[in-house]
Amino acid sequence: MSFRLPPALRLSPRYAPYALLAPFLLLFVVFGLFPLLFSLYLAFHSWEPTSGLGAMHWVGLDNFAFALQDEWFWKSLRNTGWLAIASGVPQHLVAIPLATFLHLAFKRWRNPMVGAYFLPYITSSVAIAILFSSLFSTDYGLINLAIATVREVPLLGHLVPQAAVDWLNDPDALKPAISMIVFWRYVGFNVVLYLAALQTIPPDLYEAATMDGASRLQQFFHITLPSLRPMIFFGVTLSVIGGLQLFEEPFILTGGKGGSDQAGMSAAVYLYRNAFDFNDFGAASAMSWLLFFIVAALTWLTNRAFRRKDD
Amino acid sequence: MRQWARWLSAIALTLGAAQAGSGVAAQTSSAPAASTTLTVAAFPAIDEIVRSALPAWKQLHPEVEVRIVSRELNDHHTAMTTALSTAKGLPDVMALEIGYLGRFAQGTGLEDLSGPPYNLNGDKSRFVAYAFDQATTPAGAVLAVPTDIGPGALLYRTDLLAKAGLKESDLTTSWEGYVAAGVKIKAATGAYLMAHARDMKDILIRTGLEPGEGLFFDKDSRPLVNTPRFVRAFELARAVRRQQLDAKVIAWSSDWSEGFKRGGIATQMSGAWLAGHLNTWLAPSTRGKWRSAQLPEGAFAAYGGTFFAIARHADAARKPVAYEFIRFMTMNRAQQLAAFKAQDAFPALIDAQTDPFYDQPLPFLGGQQARRDWREAADHIRAFPVHKQDNFAKEVIDTELDKVLDRGKDIPTALADAQRLLLLRAHR
Repeated sequence: MSFRLPPALRLSPRYAPYALLAPFLLLFVVFGLFPLLFSLYLAFHSWEPTSGLGAMHWVGLDNFAFALQDEWFWKSLRNTGWLAIASGVPQHLVAIPLATFLHLAFKRWRNPMVGAYFLPYITSSVAIAILFSSLFSTDYGLINLAIATVREVPLLGHLVPQAAVDWLNDPDALKPAISMIVFWRYVGFNVVLYLAALQTIPPDLYEAATMDGASRLQQFFHITLPSLRPMIFFGVTLSVIGGLQLFEEPFILTGGKGGSDQAGMSAAVYLYRNAFDFNDFGAASAMSWLLFFIVAALTWLTNRAFRRKDD
Repeated sequence: MRQWARWLSAIALTLGAAQAGSGVAAQTSSAPAASTTLTVAAFPAIDEIVRSALPAWKQLHPEVEVRIVSRELNDHHTAMTTALSTAKGLPDVMALEIGYLGRFAQGTGLEDLSGPPYNLNGDKSRFVAYAFDQATTPAGAVLAVPTDIGPGALLYRTDLLAKAGLKESDLTTSWEGYVAAGVKIKAATGAYLMAHARDMKDILIRTGLEPGEGLFFDKDSRPLVNTPRFVRAFELARAVRRQQLDAKVIAWSSDWSEGFKRGGIATQMSGAWLAGHLNTWLAPSTRGKWRSAQLPEGAFAAYGGTFFAIARHADAARKPVAYEFIRFMTMNRAQQLAAFKAQDAFPALIDAQTDPFYDQPLPFLGGQQARRDWREAADHIRAFPVHKQDNFAKEVIDTELDKVLDRGKDIPTALADAQRLLLLRAHR
């Protein structure tokens, strides 16, 4: 016996799409669109938040002018660029060969292997930061302990730092430390992306190439890499956006302060601090919109770089 | 359209029923017991102090329930900022840490408690002077009631001093002598004098302020960071770093606590409350090896402090009982002492400071009657005016000091750069 709703409760096909979309739209309006528009509104106002919503004053483009004059905003952008490149480029340079290796070398064990690489991506960032701040400890951390062990090995000893590295307090070491965490965290995600793309490449291409006498390396450069191009574009776009919005890792690793000499202060951390530490919500909003324009411009450039010539 | 009409009427009916239901619920909860529920928003360990005080409060006010909303320190103050900005979800009583009170005092979100109906000014003499002044705005409004204070002290490892052939006065006579003692400690024991050279700068910029002068800005918002006060602070911090006397670890990091546990840090300037933290969880195994002294060169400074405040837009009907609760937490001798005994929350209430508890020896400090010294320190501390850009100024100064310490930037250039950055922000 089948159950049928009474006609009064049935949705007409004309309105059903709207009703089904409504939950998402409602959440998007409340948690997506409203904050976006509110931050745009704030970017043109000066506001002492503890005085209430009525304490906003229109200041025109002052906040944008201030942001562009602010040395620390530029510094945070430079930091962001450094971190995005140092953590983003190796992600793809490692993920593509790694995905190819997993694709070719593992059959039954492929999924558990991919799962292991993907695990950091779904681990809580707070847990990651706590773990790494312990690993990066100058005097008691495992990373410095490993370096000290390598230092004792003949021939290899001179390749590693000769004194304990102050990872979290030395401005020159902090950026590499953050980049390493971001790399470690997202490389697995990229491996999954590339592995999915690899599975769509027709095996006939490889068979034909093998018949023609192409080596594994030649197959990689002439079949695999060109076929991955759309996925590389997608992965790089995600890395550009994620890299420029980098927040959690530097924020937690530096106790929310940006680290010594503000070396770990990404643009997102700086604008958060402007709002919640320095009480300047107007400037923070203006900076977030400037950051948005930079992200949009770089995404467009990535698109241009990866577009096929015949497109 | 027929379907729409049916949908709308169904929604309206559902909402109506829900409304009616909540009305009934509200009536049943408020009518028979006629009870009031106060919401107190706090952070650790103030939440614990409030929780422990509830049995005594219930005896006095059985009709008033207290609900504690606890968040981590920064999250709590972010939540309070949001609540004040929208006037929604405001607690009846909010705990505020001193660093945030200065910031919140810039706005108009907190109730002025100085005059009627609260008349807090009438109780002014009951509190440690500097703490009350910290809650007072230049216009004379008193925005919060102090509950605990953090008189500054110099905690030091007596065993490491003995190995280096030093005595307490070698540390405390002058700042230069303190650094010189650090050299001997390092040579004799390998221990660092302090956790971070920044600690040296932090205390020195707080000494020698002219009356009415702020930490970073004067009363006309002019930055003061290129004054001799900052030059000396930077020079001494650099002397500490150049002689490798600091462990380069930041307070509350794992290296910091390990440094205490392993005897790698010989002294720490901090609020007196740190002795309690060392005793209970930071380094309990070092019991008996620590002592407390006044800060070098006769300096007196506050490290932290907590206040209770009422939001201007909080529920008006509950404000009287909210203030009654604040009075109970801050002006009740027994309650203030209980917080001191359980959580090392040093009383801001002077009356609570006359208890014999202050004369008891502290086993962690080798039987020293250190609470007497801390009480004396509290009496000497003076409040200075806060500026809305103090938080930013602190970051700028810390960053310029990092450049001096780590990259060899010269001090006049560093302070001139800081001055320029603060000028850009001073009037924002």
